[in-house]
Amino acid sequence: MQTGSRRDGWTVRGAHLAALLLTVYPSTRLFAQDTSAVDRGVRIGIIYRPGVRPGLVVLPGAAAALDSVRAIIARDLDLSDRFELITLPGGDSIRMSAAPPSAGTSRAPTGGRGGAAAGLNYQLYQALGADFAVGLALAGDTTVLAVHDVAAGSVRREFRSRLPPLKDPGFRMAVHRLADHILEATLGVGGIAATRILFVLDGKAYVIDEDGADKQLVSSSDHQAMSPAWAPDGRRFSYMEFWAGHGQLFVQPVGPGKRQPVATTGQALDFTPAFSPDGKTLAFSRATEEGTDIYAVNIKDNCCLQRLTVGRFSDNLSPTYSPEGQRIAFVSTRPGLPQIYVMAADGTDQQLFAPFDYGVTGSSNAPDWSPDGQSVAFHRDVGGTLQVFVLDVRTRAVRQLTSLGRNEDPTWAPDSRHLAFVSDRSGYRQLWIIDLETGRIRPLLQQSGARLPAWSPRLPETASSTP
Amino acid sequence: MKRLSLIVLSGIAVVALAACSHNPPPVTTPQQPNADSVAAAERARQDSIDRAAAEARAREEAERQRQQRIADSLAAMGKTGEAVRTMLATLIHFDYDKANIRPEDASILDQKVAILQANPNLRIRISGHCDERGSDEYNLALGNRRATAAKQYLVSHGIEAQRIETVSYGEERPLAQGHDEAAWAQNRRDEFEIIGGGDALKQP
Repeated sequence: MQTGSRRDGWTVRGAHLAALLLTVYPSTRLFAQDTSAVDRGVRIGIIYRPGVRPGLVVLPGAAAALDSVRAIIARDLDLSDRFELITLPGGDSIRMSAAPPSAGTSRAPTGGRGGAAAGLNYQLYQALGADFAVGLALAGDTTVLAVHDVAAGSVRREFRSRLPPLKDPGFRMAVHRLADHILEATLGVGGIAATRILFVLDGKAYVIDEDGADKQLVSSSDHQAMSPAWAPDGRRFSYMEFWAGHGQLFVQPVGPGKRQPVATTGQALDFTPAFSPDGKTLAFSRATEEGTDIYAVNIKDNCCLQRLTVGRFSDNLSPTYSPEGQRIAFVSTRPGLPQIYVMAADGTDQQLFAPFDYGVTGSSNAPDWSPDGQSVAFHRDVGGTLQVFVLDVRTRAVRQLTSLGRNEDPTWAPDSRHLAFVSDRSGYRQLWIIDLETGRIRPLLQQSGARLPAWSPRLPETASSTP
Repeated sequence: MKRLSLIVLSGIAVVALAACSHNPPPVTTPQQPNADSVAAAERARQDSIDRAAAEARAREEAERQRQQRIADSLAAMGKTGEAVRTMLATLIHFDYDKANIRPEDASILDQKVAILQANPNLRIRISGHCDERGSDEYNLALGNRRATAAKQYLVSHGIEAQRIETVSYGEERPLAQGHDEAAWAQNRRDEFEIIGGGDALKQP
């Protein structure tokens, strides 16, 4: 456990207790923008100061063949929002003593302060503010990634992988995976580099890498598409298409393979599909003359359609499962305007989830339950425009996240700290990504009209091929 | 009947013409009856030619009028169908985030009730639409309410429920592309589309 205050970013209050208590203290979500938190009594825990993060340097290397790998990894690490990336002024002057680990000289990570340390001027990088250094080298056709712990003066982890050729459709995703390895090796957390985001543009479903590269069309017909959603295994996704007089749901494999229509009955308008975490059930909204209600269907055996809500005079829609699959958050108009409700996955115990002031709070829609289970993001009408909010599941406190322009349809990254959403803050509606802990916001792509994003889970190796 | 009377009329005209042009009877020279009879024969021949021509003209006129009548009635029938079609397709509109039928739109729906009653085989689909301000997915539910509201009105006024389908397109198919209240007001609507029995529509 890393409790020493090696850098300012990682200070510990009550350090003598911290080692003991950190393991049992419930990990509360800490927000960069949260200024309302008040110290009540003694608080023990790691205080994360936004803007002060571990420093990381991506070492320049001799192998020009790895230039694009190095560039993609450096960008991924930057987009993870977890490091201060240190750029070396004119890489050559620093490179002198940096003998990148090659097949012959590198040691196993267990080697500690071994020979690799001898090749890297750790003092210099420490002086530059680096806590970690990442080196890339080629050993034959194998790419060797070394993660140095600068303070310890040693190689912490080494990864060897045979990357696909540059032109291969799986190349970028394989490099993204290396970037995620670095997060695991340095901070012990999962990354989001090897993820993709589904979205809708001009009535078609597309997928794009989390870093904004590799945009691809995935909907396979001329019918208008809406509401794409990922299966929890990252190998399939679902979406809705408008057909003559009804809405048809499909489940489509990522990569080759035919899409399957979801077995439904009649000519109903089915929309907003959501996979259960075990991937066996698809919950969705169905609009009939009775109104809109939430149903669930077993997509493994294509059977057992189950109605979860009975609205009668209200609409119930937009289901999203909690990560353990026990509960479903959804939108209900039972209080008049749509608001965020929650129920057990079998439809029982329906209750208000995100509190609101009757007659004051605007419509709330599009809930998305975070992968860590602690939060539900949604959007709410504030003064005639929409803003992204986050509900703390435990305390049921609601916090407004955005205020500039119209912001809607948030979707969680698998790290539960990044959200993709739709915003017109730049003058037209497009996809943006916000890091809740640093508050950093970046556009995902520069294309007007992109909407209804759905962030993938961490993608399995085989899903990296072209859809 | 009309044709016959035309012939009779033209016959009378010819007789009258012949009477008028008839010279007064010769008094002096009975030796020259031949001249008279030649003239008379000539006149009679000319008369019959005129008569035949008049008859042909009358027949032509009658035929033309008959064709015109057919064309007129076809056009009238087409106009009826078109008028009914237009009446049936007249949109109704809604207030923001509302799905109740506006009082001023009830008469538009009453027309549709009459058309559906006059054309018992007619089947329609009502699609509900929304403006772009609400949430994309919620608007599917709202559009569904709007389509259902119109259907309920029609059914409650005597139309069989199975003749009317409903669907919602939310804000996915805007009619007006603008981003102001004028465009939004146009886009918050129900559309009415014939899906069966719309070939020969009768006026209610």
